[in-house]
Amino acid sequence: MTDTTLTPGSVEAHGQHSGHNLTGFIIFLCSESVVFLAFFSGYALLKTSALDWLPPGVEGLEWRTPLVNTVVLVSSSGTIYLAEQFKARDNMALFRGFWLLSMAMGAYFLYGQAVEWSGLQFGFTSGTFGGTFYLLTGFHGLHVATGILLMGLMLIKSFIPGNYSGGEQGVQATSLFWHFVDVIWIILFLLIYVWQ
Amino acid sequence: MTIATFPPEPKPDPGWSRYFGFCTDAKVIGIQYIVTAFFFFLIGGLLAMVIRGELITPASDLVDRAVYNGIYTMHGTIMLFLFIFPVLNGLNNLLIPTMIGAPDMAFPRLNAVAFWLVPIFGSLLIASFFVPGGPAYSGWWSYPPVSIQNPLGHFVNGQGLWITAVALSGVSSIMGALNFVTTILRMRAPGMTITRMPVFCWTALAAQSLQLIGLPALTGGAIMLLMDLSFGTSFYRPEGGGDPVLYQHFFWFYSHPAVYVIILPVFGIFSELFPVYSRKPLFGYLYVALASFIIVGLGLIVWVHHMFPSGVAQWMRNLFMVFTMLIAVPTGVKVFAWLGTIWGGKLQLTTPMLFCLGGLFNFVFAGITGIMLATVPVDIHVSNTYFVVGHFHYVIYGAAVMGIFAAIYHWFPKFIGRMPYEGLGKLHCLLTFVGANLNFLPMHPLGLMGMPRRVSSYDPEFTFWNVVASLGAFLLGVSIIPFLLNMVSAWIRGPKATHNPWRAIGLEWLLPSPPPEDNFGEEVPTVISRPYGYGTGLPLVEHQDEIERRLDLQEASAA
Ligand code: HEM
Ligand SMILES: [Cu+2]
Repeated sequence: MTDTTLTPGSVEAHGQHSGHNLTGFIIFLCSESVVFLAFFSGYALLKTSALDWLPPGVEGLEWRTPLVNTVVLVSSSGTIYLAEQFKARDNMALFRGFWLLSMAMGAYFLYGQAVEWSGLQFGFTSGTFGGTFYLLTGFHGLHVATGILLMGLMLIKSFIPGNYSGGEQGVQATSLFWHFVDVIWIILFLLIYVWQ
Repeated sequence: MTIATFPPEPKPDPGWSRYFGFCTDAKVIGIQYIVTAFFFFLIGGLLAMVIRGELITPASDLVDRAVYNGIYTMHGTIMLFLFIFPVLNGLNNLLIPTMIGAPDMAFPRLNAVAFWLVPIFGSLLIASFFVPGGPAYSGWWSYPPVSIQNPLGHFVNGQGLWITAVALSGVSSIMGALNFVTTILRMRAPGMTITRMPVFCWTALAAQSLQLIGLPALTGGAIMLLMDLSFGTSFYRPEGGGDPVLYQHFFWFYSHPAVYVIILPVFGIFSELFPVYSRKPLFGYLYVALASFIIVGLGLIVWVHHMFPSGVAQWMRNLFMVFTMLIAVPTGVKVFAWLGTIWGGKLQLTTPMLFCLGGLFNFVFAGITGIMLATVPVDIHVSNTYFVVGHFHYVIYGAAVMGIFAAIYHWFPKFIGRMPYEGLGKLHCLLTFVGANLNFLPMHPLGLMGMPRRVSSYDPEFTFWNVVASLGAFLLGVSIIPFLLNMVSAWIRGPKATHNPWRAIGLEWLLPSPPPEDNFGEEVPTVISRPYGYGTGLPLVEHQDEIERRLDLQEASAA
């Protein structure tokens, strides 16, 4: 924990509370990660103790298409990082370009997920395998969708003059959220597709 | 910093209406929380009276057995999720900003949303009394497989409403916790380093960190429970390959720490009040403060002690037994610090002090029975008996609720601006202390004799102690009357409070009573020493004499 004695200067910032948003958001992400931790450990526990894990007729999960999805999603962490770099150099055009690219990659991931879901032989009531599979991918997908919405919001706000006079915490928080979603996906991919 | 314009001219009273709307002032939200919590306390208490009325005779005569299951489930749920947590969040809202010199919470709107969720999920829970099939009946912990039965087949049923309400309560508490933690970390007055922070803020920080770590697990587990109940999954359904014990892990991973979420702020209250009414500095301030975080660390890794009888491996039982007993160490540090503070002090037996002393006594008693419960063989023996019910009511009613009453009497003058009546307060304290002990002590012999909990009828050999307990419960019920009378009449026409009626040391006591909307505004005093400088003559802040002289002048001219 840092020693955060306030200087009189930051007392003045109370009016808009802008200085606290990022702190609050980081705390929120830590808390949110516990939900995933709970789901992950539930998955591991159910899987290791199951007698027949896969529902009858299901051979296992196809992992090649999800791997492509994974590559796209993880690279979007890189593009959003680049966008932030351009933002720092005040190159708004490239910032918006890479930002939009990250959004598109996120959308591609969601599309890929939807295609995968629609081709599966099992539903979410097919035993604990089906339940946990849809719970984990669905809950994560919800986060991806939220991330895309947040990015869209930030993109629109970037056109408002004077938007960044109070700091760039919105952009920072959104990109942090996006990295978070990516890291969660990597763990999820390892758990569900690699560990079969 | 100048103090030229402090304190500000008192503004006209903004009136009652703001208590009923979406207001973002933490002091208003704090009072909204506390009043709402006590409304639900009355409902939960009424259910408790029905329980004890039923148990005054061995036969199941007052209510139907099935109804009885619903009643204790709702009693426990309402008391925890709609009374204790909201009332503590109310105190957090009042005390954290004023104690650290912040004008408000870090996120005022989030704060208001967190509060307004309480009446919403409260109504959902109460509504479950009126749906076909009645309220949830699977106990406050809602273990599957009982909790995933839906015999009538209605989509809207008591159990489903219960899970939804608890999940919403989790969302509300997480929002609150985000706010409290950010506020404490980022908005302290100049000069208030973390080691100059009042212990109440330390304990709030510790308790709210627990909320942030633990609650998401419970919420996740509750979502899975709802899907099992309503959407046909089988996470916890053994016949579908699921595992009911998985739910127990989720549930206790949060609900064990939840007892520290409840008791840590009460430790904070004790640590604030004992020095005031003993006129001595808090003994071992830094150890008391740090012990809170040792409790957090240990509290997060002992949940399996609630599952000793649930078929967990022996090595796990032993490990968790040892960890559980270790918690006695930081807790003991605190108890000794309070005793050291009281020792040789000039005790002032005001209402808040009496509540603290009573609460400390009950807490020590509960600590002894707690260590007994942590011992695996004893636990297996008394698990699911009245011994457990007696133990946790000593903690919750005997210590936590008494500490909360102490806090209410202590800070009432500050935030309402009027003094509560001492006579009624002392009567309330006496009735509470006697009632609680009469009610909950007999539960220990009953448990050792083997009376199971959650039954509406019992073997006649248990009658004597049950009658005693029921009489104690009715006394506890009566004890609320002087409390409510006191609060209402003091609020309406109690004597005006000065800014520091208890001669306490702390930033909140350097504000007018009641404080202006943005507390110190731009003129936050600079803190120059540790809290609790009683009897040392050390000023807490720069220009302290000047600030106090101005407050005195303002009060004199208003009188
Ligand atoms: C007004 C005074 C109170 C009385 C007379 C009382 C009485 C009881 C009794 C007799 C039971 C056991 C019911 C059974 O197992 O058959 C019980 C359960 C319980 N009480 Fe209280 N209680 C009181 C206050 C509180 C408070 C203030 C809280 C918490 C803030 C609380 C939390 C609980 C919980 C969590 C249970 C367990 C419910 C379950 O078994 O699922 N009680 N109470
Ligand atoms: Cu526990």
